[in-house]
Amino acid sequence: MNNFGYTRASDVADAVRQIAADPGAKFIAGGTNLIDLMKENVARPSRLIDITHLPLNNIEETQDGGLRIGALVPNSDLAYDPRIEARYPLLSSAILAGASQQVRNMASTGGNLLQRTRCFYFYDTTTPCNKREPGSGCSAIEGINRMHAILGTSEHCIATHPSDMCVALAALEARVLATGKDGQRSIAFAEFHRLPGDTPQIDSNLRADEIITAIELPPKGFATNYTYLKIRDRLSYAFALVSVAVGLEIEGDTIKEARLALGGVAHKPWRDPRAEAQLNGARATRENFLHAADTVLRDARGFGHNDFKIELARRGILRALTQAARGTPQSQADKRIK
Amino acid sequence: MARPSSAARKGLEKHPVPAKTTITLHVNGVERKLAVAPWTTLLDALRLYLDLPGTKKGCDHGQCGACTVLLDGRRVYSCLTLAVMKDGAQVTTIEGLAQGSTLHPLQQAFIEHDAFQCGYCTPGQICSAAGLIAEGKARTADEIRELMSGNICRCGAYPNIVAAIEEVMFGKTMEKSAEAKR
Repeated sequence: MNNFGYTRASDVADAVRQIAADPGAKFIAGGTNLIDLMKENVARPSRLIDITHLPLNNIEETQDGGLRIGALVPNSDLAYDPRIEARYPLLSSAILAGASQQVRNMASTGGNLLQRTRCFYFYDTTTPCNKREPGSGCSAIEGINRMHAILGTSEHCIATHPSDMCVALAALEARVLATGKDGQRSIAFAEFHRLPGDTPQIDSNLRADEIITAIELPPKGFATNYTYLKIRDRLSYAFALVSVAVGLEIEGDTIKEARLALGGVAHKPWRDPRAEAQLNGARATRENFLHAADTVLRDARGFGHNDFKIELARRGILRALTQAARGTPQSQADKRIK
Repeated sequence: MARPSSAARKGLEKHPVPAKTTITLHVNGVERKLAVAPWTTLLDALRLYLDLPGTKKGCDHGQCGACTVLLDGRRVYSCLTLAVMKDGAQVTTIEGLAQGSTLHPLQQAFIEHDAFQCGYCTPGQICSAAGLIAEGKARTADEIRELMSGNICRCGAYPNIVAAIEEVMFGKTMEKSAEAKR
């Protein structure tokens, strides 16, 4: 690791003041991704601003019947919180599908949103990478791209967002609360992460002087008909090749409302309003599920090694919608896919 | 003790002068004071400064689990933890599990079940298992396997590791794991 300075933020306003005054500084909370990136010389902050002493570690009720999750709540506490387990089991399941218990004990809710891609070229400082070094080129497009994106890619970057938790938060239409120099704002989850376009070095729409303070969950949690199906090379502690989060509101065999989000396929959790609209009001049948899958994947494009992801995603969507409609969510301990 | 220069405090220097901060860690019940640079990991602090080499450095990137310790009672990767951020914390390492000459039940069970070969991952496996038991979330062998996935054993002693943990958790091993033991 390069040498760096270290300071603590005493409150949110102080954190914003410190980060605004020092463009080379970064916030640190769990550190599970940032310290790794610093060891790899991919991240080289001049200073770390320790935010772990800020009072952002509670989960509380919101006035509209949802929950507000403080940005410093560890992933494991969030996954096992009885309110999350009962009302938002999709979120609990997605968190437990990701990383290992040690990482979940350390990693913060806010930091999960800001973790960087695990593209090998991003990590390998000897290779060109537009995300790490803008303008240097993308090594993945014609390189080893088995892990890479099939949707929303650009000629500059085909990296994926690695989070499982964020896929569930996208499906649940969470909101991100951030505080910066200009005060607090609430960002719709779909607007938080970005596609690479021609600025793949920018992962999210969070401004340089902003700190995430909380995530808000709306009241609707799809606690009866949901699943988080994660398909990966190892049974545990591996990033998704494809993951599918589904929440359904069903009456009889008719879908009243469908939420469908994919992980491991794009630079952000992938939702498709057109596919969800097709499912809303439709009967819960294999044909309708496949139709929705084909809609989601209509513009999917492989880059060689990851071509298989298109068919894998199609089957994953079908299986996940089936699991959710039956009320038999994927277990994150017994990995057999039923 | 060296203090950060004002330029370093403002983050104006690209490579600030190494500035050490004195912190206190309660390691295995003993109060230890030490001076650490911002980039000193808890793992290096334990091994290099506190003379506790039982915690192992495997990958140093949070992938193998050999560096697992209990921090304020929770299992974490000490290689991805900055010591300076943990001033005042309680740390339990493999050296702190036995009570005098009586081994911790997990240590005893690992021996009885032959739950290691080279032993390099073992301190991390045992600290992780202690964390797992404290969490109380694993009820089946599948759940033990899943919740121990942050600890890799390149010798492949997994069936015996699961059996050892099962014995401590349930007082017996399930049939399948017992068979693997034979």
